[in-house]
Order: sequence, then structure tokens, then C-alpha cells
Amino acid sequence: MADVATQGRTINEDRQRRWRQAGIYIALTVVTFIMVFPILWMISVSLKPTTETFSLPPRLLPDSFHWGGYAKVLTDPKFRTFLINSYVVGLAVTALSLVIGTLAAFGFSRYRFFGDRVAKLFVITTQMVPTITLLIPYFGVIVFLGLYDTLWGLILTYLTFALPYSIVMMNGYLDTIPKDFDEAATIDGCTPLGVLVRVLLPVALPGIISTAVYTFLLAWNEFLFALALTRSMDMRTVPVGISMMVGEFGLKWDKMMAFSVIGSLPVLILFMLVQRFVVGGLSAGGVKG
Amino acid sequence: MTSTIRQMTTKGTPYFFLLPGLVILGALLSVPLYKVVEYSLYDNVIVERNPTYVGLANYQTLLTDPGYWSAGLNTLLFTVGSVLGHMVVGIGLALLVNADIAPRARTFFRSMLVLPWIFTAVVVALNWQLLLNPFGLINYILQWMGLTTEPLDWLGDPNLAMWSLLLISTWRGYPFIMVSFLSGLQTVPRELYEAAEIDGAGFWSKFWHVTLPQLKPVIYGVALLDLIWTFQLFPLVWLSTGGGPGRATEVLSTLTFRLAFVDFQFSQAATVAVSILIISAAFTLLYLRNEARRL
Repeated sequence: MADVATQGRTINEDRQRRWRQAGIYIALTVVTFIMVFPILWMISVSLKPTTETFSLPPRLLPDSFHWGGYAKVLTDPKFRTFLINSYVVGLAVTALSLVIGTLAAFGFSRYRFFGDRVAKLFVITTQMVPTITLLIPYFGVIVFLGLYDTLWGLILTYLTFALPYSIVMMNGYLDTIPKDFDEAATIDGCTPLGVLVRVLLPVALPGIISTAVYTFLLAWNEFLFALALTRSMDMRTVPVGISMMVGEFGLKWDKMMAFSVIGSLPVLILFMLVQRFVVGGLSAGGVKG
Repeated sequence: MTSTIRQMTTKGTPYFFLLPGLVILGALLSVPLYKVVEYSLYDNVIVERNPTYVGLANYQTLLTDPGYWSAGLNTLLFTVGSVLGHMVVGIGLALLVNADIAPRARTFFRSMLVLPWIFTAVVVALNWQLLLNPFGLINYILQWMGLTTEPLDWLGDPNLAMWSLLLISTWRGYPFIMVSFLSGLQTVPRELYEAAEIDGAGFWSKFWHVTLPQLKPVIYGVALLDLIWTFQLFPLVWLSTGGGPGRATEVLSTLTFRLAFVDFQFSQAATVAVSILIISAAFTLLYLRNEARRL
């Protein structure tokens, strides 16, 4: 074996490296295919008639696409209600959590004050409180407030879960922006709120977007409280809607999987968008260097 | 100078920014936490208007109930198994993605491998119910490979259900570890690897003697976080097996839910919920001790 560090690159080593790279690509492709397979299979089953769900040998690509599952789901008004509810809750929680969370993050990032460490630890601790422990008292509180079986009950609940993440994430992003930005703006006569809104937020845009997407994902995907704090069909969200379909439509796999695909699309699209932001974002925003 | 003066004159400013967030978090966490402990000391809460105070009787009932202990044991198995699964798969994939390949390919593989994490638990459970079905794809592949002769009822057989659940949980949870480990890998100084290479270290040797020791704090923190979250996980278990068959995969969170919203025994449910809180508080303290050092 040649000594890599002292002898520079020889043709032999270059070839070795290329073989190793090829091996890594093959391994990654195989592993990624296996990991993504359940998702591909979901799409595949959603496009097959139920008579073919378990047909052998299994085929990832059906002979002809069967859109019946999608048609049945999209013409069902119940499904539209679930989607609208999820959007309303998701967007409201994202907006509220982003505003309140950014304000708190600004306080943490830009000031040293009495009790700041304790307050920060408190915020981190709230992420750890078991949601299942909160479920029963929340049920009591939400009923007491007259918010049982309303979207407001869900929005309030999810806001509590989302806020700690918004604060911690935004704090992280704001910390990456040099304090010189603030000082320059303050000298120009900006109030602290002005500094945050006019100077920091534009620079922290990629951070805001990833925080928003994460919050939306959290609210969109939540199941436990959506199940326990609502009762009527009109207030159900997408995850609960899908789970209820299992009982209602039993083994109609085409319909269930079509519903699952449509219900997952918003988070899938958002996630794909945010990936680009996270990668290119911070450095492009003039934060580094 | 101006900014320091201004900051001194506006001492109340940080509190003004923090107030809305801290008030909401404080009110919506401390009141319910107080309430749940209170519920556990009464009989027939929520369903009756004037519940009777019973002291620690609910805890006594709980600790002598074999159902509680078996759920506790299942929770232990599920948590330890899941965290181990997440760690092994997550770290392995992070190393693979971090290998010497084109940056664009790396971004692509990373995005694809994170996907299991973004789906709602219902969709995850449905996908795996389909795959693990006696007539499903996994049984077909196992039989085709000659590993089994008959289809197995992965989620319906009490001896297999917990293993199936761990498989599902591993698939669902590894991306978090992978992403955290991957960003940790970027912080390891290159010189350390170069020095190790000069000493003739191979891949494994570099992993054991450079990567792992360097990322020990990251791994420790992330593993604790994963443990705290998995320990109280409800939706994935409830939707995949419902705690069944029988009570084969009943964990403390599904027991709480069953007691409360199926049996309407809210006091007993609150008692289980408090026991979950106590155990996760212990792990949270460990995590905070680790975090406090970084603040």
C-alpha cells in the first residue's frame, strides 16, 4: 500500500478512489431505495384497484394507472373539510408562533438581563414535557374555556407545543447575525423593535422560513390532541380524518392511500422548498463573512 | 457607546419582548401540570362534579396492577430498542452520506433519506400495515428468499408485534439522528483526520478514534432527546398496533389514553400520566445539565 499523505496522487490511487466512490454511490442508491420504498409503495397502491393491492408478483408500476381512489377522495366533501381545517390550524399556529417566538428570540439573542439563563432553560424544558401527560388536564382546560370541539382549542394547544421550537430556532438564527448590524441601525435612530423588523428579519429570512415550515409541519401532523379535543366531523383534521377512514372504509387501500398521498403533499412540498433555503440560505443572506 | 446607554435606559425592553411567549408557555404548561397532579389525588375526576380526595390511593392501585408493570416493561423495550435503532441506522447513514461524493448527490441523498421523518404518524402506520400484512410485500420477499415458509402476521402475532413496532419506529425516527450527526460531522477539524491518516488509520480506526470521541457530546445530547421523546410517544404505537394484539405492545402512553378516553377512568389515567412525567423529568434534568454547559 502506498503512503497517501507523503507521496501525492498516483494513477493507481486515483483509480482506487474512483472504485471506492462507485461503491459508495451503489450503497447509497440501494439504501435510499429501501428507505424510500414504503413511500413509493404507498403511491403505487394508491394507483391500483383494490383487487390488485396484494396481487403477486408485486409490481411497483401498475400496467395502467387507476385514478378511482383519488376521484373518490377528491369528490368527498368530508375530505375537503379535513384539509381546510388542517390549513386553518397550521397557518394560524405558524403565524402566531412565528411572531411571538421571534419577539422572545430577539430578547434572548440581544439582551443580557436578570433571569435570562433561567428563562432560556425554562423554554428548553417545555420541549421535554410529555404531551401525553398534558392531554388529560388540557382536555379539562379546553372544556372549561368552552373551546372543546373548536379549531381554536387546537390552535391554542399547538401554539404551546410550537412556541419553544420557534424561540430556540429563531434564537439560533438571530445569534448568527453580528451585533454591528444593530448598533449601526440604533445610531441611525432605530428603536429596538425597528432594529428587529427592519434590519434583522430581512437577513434572517431563511431562518424564518425554516422555522415556519417546521412549525407548520408540527401542527399539520399532530394527531393525539386533534383526536381528543374535537368530536364532530366538521372539526377533524387530516391525520384524524385518515385514521377514521381506516375504520370506515376497511380494506379500501386505493382510497386510503390516495387520501394519505394527498394529505402528505403539503408537507412534502414545503419540505422540498425549505431544503433549498437551508442549504443556500444563510451564506447568501450575507450572514457569514 | 450610544447603544449601551440606550440599553441601560431601557432596562425593561427584554422583558417586553419575552413577555407574550413566556406568559403563554407558563400558563399553558404550569396550570395543566398542576392539574394533572391534582387529578391523580382524586377519584372520578372530570366525569363527576364533586370528586372525592383519595390521597395516594390511585398510586397504590397502579403499583399493584400487573397491567401497569407490563406496560412499563414494554415502554422500556420500545424506548431502548427505538433509540438504539435510530442511532445505528442514523449514524451509519450519516457516515455514508458524508462520504467522498459530489455535493449535489449528497444533497439529493440527504433529502431522500430524511423523508420518513416528515410524514404524519397515521400515514407511517398505514404504510407499514400494508407492507407487514400477511399478504404483503415483506412476507412475499421473505418467502421468495426462502427465509420463511409461511406468511407471518407481523403486527398480529404477540411474539412479533413488538419487533415490528421497533422496525417501524426505527424507520420513522432515524432521520433526526442522521441530520444531527451529519451537522456534527462538519464541525470535526479536518486536521484530526489528516493526522490519523498519516498514522495509517483506516476508516474504522478513524471513526473510533476521531469521529466518535469528537462527537461524544453531540451523540449524548441527541440520544437523550430521542429517549425523552420516544419514551412518551403515542401516535405511532396507537396507530400501528393500538397496543395490541391483546396488550403485547401496550406502552405507558397508550395505557394513559385507553384509561382516559376508552374507559373514562380519568383519575387512573392522570396517575399513569404523572408517572410518565416523573421519569421523563429525570432524563430532562440530565439533558439540561448537558445543555446548561453550552448556554
